[in-house]
Amino acid sequence: MNSETDKNLNAELNIFRGTAGSDSKFETFNVPFQQGASVLDALIWINDNIDETLSFRYSCINANACKECMMLIDGKVEYACLKKLQEKRSTLKPLPNKRLIKDLVTDIVPPKEKYST
Amino acid sequence: MDHLSTDVLVVGAGAAGMYASVSAAKSGAEVILCDKSLISRGGATVMAQMTVAAAIGHQEADHWTHHLYDTIQSGQGLCNEKLSYQLCKKAPDKILEMRDWKTGWANDNARIRQVLAPGHKIKRCCYVDFLNTGPAVARTLRGEVAKHRNIQRISGITIIDLVIKNARVAGAIGLNTETGDFVSFAAKAVVLAAGGLTQLFARNSASKNMGGDSHALALRAGANLIDMEFVQFFPIGHLAPRLVGMDPIMWDPFRYKLGGKLLNGQGEQFIENYGGEDGATYTVGRDLAAYAILKECEAGRGSPNGGAWLSFQHLKKEELEGAFGPIIKKLAFNDIDLTKQSIEVAPIAHYHMGGIEVDESMETCVKGLFAAGECVGGANGANRLSGNAIPEAFVFGDIAGSNAAKVKASQNTLSNQDFEIAISHAMGDLLQPPSDNTLPQKQTSRGLLHALQIIMWENVGVLRDTKKLQKALTEITRLRNKVFPSIRPKQGTAFNTSLMDWLDTRNSLSCAEAICLAASKRKESRGAHQMEDIPVKSDKFTKNQIISIHNGRLASSWKEVQKLDFDLKEKSLAVV
Repeated sequence: MNSETDKNLNAELNIFRGTAGSDSKFETFNVPFQQGASVLDALIWINDNIDETLSFRYSCINANACKECMMLIDGKVEYACLKKLQEKRSTLKPLPNKRLIKDLVTDIVPPKEKYST
Repeated sequence: MDHLSTDVLVVGAGAAGMYASVSAAKSGAEVILCDKSLISRGGATVMAQMTVAAAIGHQEADHWTHHLYDTIQSGQGLCNEKLSYQLCKKAPDKILEMRDWKTGWANDNARIRQVLAPGHKIKRCCYVDFLNTGPAVARTLRGEVAKHRNIQRISGITIIDLVIKNARVAGAIGLNTETGDFVSFAAKAVVLAAGGLTQLFARNSASKNMGGDSHALALRAGANLIDMEFVQFFPIGHLAPRLVGMDPIMWDPFRYKLGGKLLNGQGEQFIENYGGEDGATYTVGRDLAAYAILKECEAGRGSPNGGAWLSFQHLKKEELEGAFGPIIKKLAFNDIDLTKQSIEVAPIAHYHMGGIEVDESMETCVKGLFAAGECVGGANGANRLSGNAIPEAFVFGDIAGSNAAKVKASQNTLSNQDFEIAISHAMGDLLQPPSDNTLPQKQTSRGLLHALQIIMWENVGVLRDTKKLQKALTEITRLRNKVFPSIRPKQGTAFNTSLMDWLDTRNSLSCAEAICLAASKRKESRGAHQMEDIPVKSDKFTKNQIISIHNGRLASSWKEVQKLDFDLKEKSLAVV
């Protein structure tokens, strides 16, 4: 989100926080809205400006090549990098059918590519 | 702490790491392939869109000697010709092997389609439609890796340091990102294949994992870096409007297939003013285009967001759809209609020619430590030919893997104590109290990394000069010695992004300092290293520069360029 950010407009992200086996909660972040920006842009903005501990997976940064940023956005399974940020409140949750690791990170690692001793 | 043991540990699961694993496994070694992201997904390979150069001669008569000639020309006197030779000679076999493994190169039945790319004199570049080369390559190699029972694949392990004993590599320390636990690895050989470092620059086409992990691990282990000053800037990276779901270097294939006009902020063609030829279509070389765009911006003639306009408005909708069908749909999803609007482009850091110094077997000066892929320096000299990065990953991965498998068990046996010492060494900075408690608590590793990216972009980017480089070196040294030691990552176990950022930033600082130091010592302009106050090439600098650690500090030295032991022209003529 660069210089084009319009300070008058806002997107509100209501995000699941928590780890497996601990209390969870939702936390709301107000992020500047920019035309054309993705939800992933907004999550990275939160890491940079508000909370560096908010966890979500991504590698390729909006190229939709790594396919790591899948999550539940307003009840639908989406890639955060393809989902456009909207000037309204959106709710972000971890994938429901995967084991929770932390916040928006779930265990999406294929069984044979997992760590085991 | 968990402990794993193997013959060959491969760090990084892009094309180079996966190829290395397959070759090591075929040679009979037990292999562990790990990646801090997911296997096959986290690095540059999966983001590659188009060209893979190899002299298979399916469209025009070609021979590896011609490819080698073009590669050495492009490297402007600095290619380690023995590495370039390996790259060009072995690339054709790898492309055909990948075809057998069902990569799906664009083809007309038995003939693989090959296109011309800048710097190549022959149609030599294979691809997978549409802009799908990287994902196809990644998928193929991931499948091949899975066929070998002696390769253990592990996603989510960040290697934080190598363990060196008796001057040879003996293993590594990893962080399990899911749990925050340390894991120790004993290995006879280690292959570093964790990619490049273009993430160090504010404008880049990198994934977030490309901050120079391999380079920093190698340096700390006692290996050398070479040609660090040579960073390739891709001239027409996407700048605006906001575009998601596409890699920012996507406009190059458009340019190859359809042309395109490059215009300044006033709507004028400007490449001619810099000695280039542009004409109706945009065909000028990468370095001149990058230079010209930034000079127009400096003169106040940039596009609104600090770049240039790229226009395809002279083309019909049908022409665009014919050449790039599904991509045009992706653009529409981003509200971009090329028949009605121009887009803004600007130079971005795209590839690094420098890297870890290796010999022809891809081994570093540390016994048992190998490197493969973009993190290897030397094969591309001062400038890389378009299309050489992916074959480099295949060929160097193959060589590194098969040689790593040959490493005999050393007398080294690592005790728990060895690993404990290695961990305290790797994490030592965190065990000390912060060096400066007066800094505002808001300072984070990410914040520091962003500051570093801006310093690198503004001072060590396309247009360099002596003053800017000195300024950057001073600033980076301050960040490294004063600011970074005051930062403490947040406590946490599961997926602790704060600790991951801290580890990334530490590596990136080392690499940035290495690039800056090397750039400041090369007092000439050559290839991707352009000094505005010293605009000429100097024979004195037809040498490779080595960066290594001496007494705890980075030091620069020079070495003679490795030349071929045969006459390339003669060999080339013999096959025409």
